Amino acid sequence: MSKISLIIKREYTTRVMKKSFIILTFLTPLLFAGMITVPLWLASLKDNTKKHIYVIDRTNQYQKVLKSNETYEFDFVDKPVNAVRNDNADNKDFTALLLITDDLRKNSKAATIYSQQQVNLELKTYISDILSNYVEQQKLAAYNIPNLKQMVENSKADINIETIKWNKDGKEEVGSAELALIIGMISAFVIYMFIVIYGAQVMAGVVQEKTSRIVEVIISSVKPFELMMGKIIGIALVGLTQFLMWVVLTSILSMAVGSILGHGIDLNTLQQSNQINMNMHGMPTDTAQGSIQHIYSMLSGFDFLKISIFFVIYFLGGYLLYASLFAAVGSAVDSETDTQQFSLPLTLPIVFAIYAAIYSAQNPDGPLALWCSMIPFTSPIVMMVRLPYGVPAWQIAISLGILVLSFIGTTWMAGKIYRTGILMYGKKVTWKELWKWLRY
Amino acid sequence: MILLEVENVVKQFAGHLALDNVSLTVPENSIYGLLGPNGAGKTTLIRIINCITAPDSGEVRLNGKKMTTAEVQQIGYLPEERGLYKKMKVGEQALYLAQLKGMSRQDALKALKYWFEKFEIQAWWDKKVEELSKGMAQKVQFITTILHNPKLLIFDEPFSGFDPVNADLMKREILELRNNGATIIFSTHNMGTVEDLCENISLVNQAKIVLQGNVAEIRANHATKTFLVRSENSITGNNFELLSQTEKDGIFETKIKKMNTGSNNLLLKELIQQTEIHTFEELLPGMNDIFIETVKP
Repeated sequence: MSKISLIIKREYTTRVMKKSFIILTFLTPLLFAGMITVPLWLASLKDNTKKHIYVIDRTNQYQKVLKSNETYEFDFVDKPVNAVRNDNADNKDFTALLLITDDLRKNSKAATIYSQQQVNLELKTYISDILSNYVEQQKLAAYNIPNLKQMVENSKADINIETIKWNKDGKEEVGSAELALIIGMISAFVIYMFIVIYGAQVMAGVVQEKTSRIVEVIISSVKPFELMMGKIIGIALVGLTQFLMWVVLTSILSMAVGSILGHGIDLNTLQQSNQINMNMHGMPTDTAQGSIQHIYSMLSGFDFLKISIFFVIYFLGGYLLYASLFAAVGSAVDSETDTQQFSLPLTLPIVFAIYAAIYSAQNPDGPLALWCSMIPFTSPIVMMVRLPYGVPAWQIAISLGILVLSFIGTTWMAGKIYRTGILMYGKKVTWKELWKWLRY
Repeated sequence: MILLEVENVVKQFAGHLALDNVSLTVPENSIYGLLGPNGAGKTTLIRIINCITAPDSGEVRLNGKKMTTAEVQQIGYLPEERGLYKKMKVGEQALYLAQLKGMSRQDALKALKYWFEKFEIQAWWDKKVEELSKGMAQKVQFITTILHNPKLLIFDEPFSGFDPVNADLMKREILELRNNGATIIFSTHNMGTVEDLCENISLVNQAKIVLQGNVAEIRANHATKTFLVRSENSITGNNFELLSQTEKDGIFETKIKKMNTGSNNLLLKELIQQTEIHTFEELLPGMNDIFIETVKP
């Protein structure tokens, strides 16, 4: 076995066998799945306690609208506010008091809710929806125009613009700017995370070898450059393994969870909430199933294979570009606490790249997006945002070409700093010093 | 037979000269000492021999051949700054380091078994290095250095950090390795070990070799013509200067310095005529004195 593959093997196995790696690899998909499913599940839970609401209606015209149902019980009383308050001071059954002092058509602020605790939003929305709806209808009826209600209903519009992309074959694909944004941002963010996490691991690994003083033992057997590249490649493989595991596990999990919850989650709940929307705005919304189908048709419009391939390429390119520089920083310092000074110039462009990616998402063909997807220090992240929107092949080619040339350049540079740095002990390194090492 | 030749090696670091035209030859199957104060350039020289650093000019040859990867693999190097991966298991790590030196897995396992048994440390195989004491870790380190049966062994300050028991063990192992055919270079500050172990030395000071040669010859050359005499009665004479005289249990111990260039026998003859002589011994300077005298600015 060649020496560099021995090093790669060691870097890979020691990391993959670590408990923290295994836990993170298996827990993260659970976390992802949880983030998606828990809110759905919570939404499906019903609050079974009955809300008891006293109503003091000075106008006596709303009793027919505010009807009790499973959740809300409206109790119309004719007492002063203070009396209700005092009577129910210790009554656990009492939820709130609705006071209507005037005709709501004339005075829209005439309704007030009193309660001992903060009134929850659901209750407030429920009551105000019912009252608004009723007042709206009363007002319409006041015009005395036959079929007016029907006409208003018909005149409401819900414009949902469908976006269709012409692909090269002249076929039409259902596109979605929102979905492109989501896919682009997720892949950009994952690349950002991987570069930062695994770049830092390279740096920590180098510092560790230096502080444990094993580095000189090893470079008496292998060239410093081999040691550095072995480490960088080994850790890249760890990153790819983790990514692959996440993809596989997340898809298995979401399929499993989906099939369970598909029956478990009440579609009624979703429909109910849709109906509430309808009540509020008087517009029909897609049923849950309809929107899922819609999402599927949009998803099929994306070339996921292409995006995944570019994801891996840009991840490797960006990682290689930064990892060697992180290795150089690690070699120049004596302990992990000293790394900050020199790693700042590395983390700044990465952070800048993620901001550039966020702004580029709004205008994926604008000058910021274009330039940042060419500059090698930002291109791996920014290009991922642009890709789902479609990028001309020549731009991808130039961007990748620059990226490859740059990481060869940075690796060469880092190698020079590295081979001097790892043998320097107990010396406070300055920028000037690093420059000197470069020219040895 | 000469194993290692270093010829006119020059190494310049930014701003200072680390090695100035250094040459030395190490005979096969001998123990060679590389001495010198801190910062003299010893470690740089050792790194150049190991091909870790490249010399600006000059050449290093092993068995007459210029150093290449194949030559470097015949060297076992224990650096002054040494350590092991703390989180890695002892056996696994030793195996890894041996494979990096070009050994096959099987050979490495076999050799490791031999050495672990010899040092009675088989029980450490599955322990992590961080669980070992410093002395234990150094034993492991020593084994990984000599495991691939190198022709040339280079130890940079091998005894620093060893407790006396382990230091003695290492000393014995080094001698045994020599007896089994290995050639050993070590750099040290410990002049006692130099006198015990080394046949030849080079003394490096301020990037230059200031003293080089056979230890016995060097000491003889630095002889100060001082003698220790134990006798029944006190001694006097014109040919020597009395340095000190003490009496204990009826035996006089006298240090004298010979004034002329006459032979030692002539001096002894003069003393024998005076009284009963128990001991007559030339006091050779220790390497420590020679070191200090040579290096002194």
